[in-house]
Amino acid sequence: MNPALNPPLSNPPVATPYFFYGLAAIMIIGGILVITRKNAVHSALALITTLLAQAALYLMLYAPFVAGVQIILYAGGIMVLFLFVIMLISIERQEKERPFNKQWLVGMVAAAALGGLFIAVYTTRTRGSVLFPPVGRESYVEGQNTQGIASLLFDLHSGTYMFAFEIASLLLLVAIIGAVVMAKKRI
Amino acid sequence: MTDISTLHYLVLGAALFLLGVIGVLTRRNVVIVLMSIELILNAVNLNLVAFSRYWQSIHGPSALHGQVFAIFVITDAAAEAAVGLGILIAFFRNKETVNVDEVNLLKW
Repeated sequence: MNPALNPPLSNPPVATPYFFYGLAAIMIIGGILVITRKNAVHSALALITTLLAQAALYLMLYAPFVAGVQIILYAGGIMVLFLFVIMLISIERQEKERPFNKQWLVGMVAAAALGGLFIAVYTTRTRGSVLFPPVGRESYVEGQNTQGIASLLFDLHSGTYMFAFEIASLLLLVAIIGAVVMAKKRI
Repeated sequence: MTDISTLHYLVLGAALFLLGVIGVLTRRNVVIVLMSIELILNAVNLNLVAFSRYWQSIHGPSALHGQVFAIFVITDAAAEAAVGLGILIAFFRNKETVNVDEVNLLKW
């Protein structure tokens, strides 16, 4: 690695480990509230809290562009769509019904199996060393994140994901047409 | 307190993924099932960005592939939410319910 590309960080990171644990606690509590509240509006608000805390975690990971996209697109766009649909369908009836279906025991068993798989993978040690070593602090250069993402997405010569980007635009067009066809009463 | 490593983010992502799976498998309201799918996608996104940070520490600051992938996943989530909620509105118009165990037209 070229040391000229990575000048030492002039100021140490503001975010301490306490930030991570606080934000992680907010995300976990928000996730639990999403899957346990009876009222769908409460679930949506808890999900918005989770998404905002995750955007802060993206900032801690030195990904400011993804954090901005997360806030604008997820918390601002997709969740507004969800709230619109919750308002369109009646929520009074759901309040009185039971919120969980009959397969909850099978679901919990499946989730426990998946959690066991996660624990088995993350505690694996290869040749005595941990699978994911800690990351140094020196790999961030101020103000190049958005530029780097843009050159990966749009650049004609070094843009690895230019074709994938065009496919994504096509996917969004199909999704728009599909949503209109589904939600319209008669075409 | 030790520094936050990649593994911390992976464990948090796994916890969110599990919460999403539990929500998908046990809730009756389709809107909350879709929100649980959003939780799952966000857990994957957190993993991708954490791995991107790890990859950057090896290959220099311009190795941003994980973050680009996260943006693609967000695009897919937007498309999925639009189509899913459109289907949900069409279904609610026909059957006046949003419960998954009453969606049994294709069962026999």
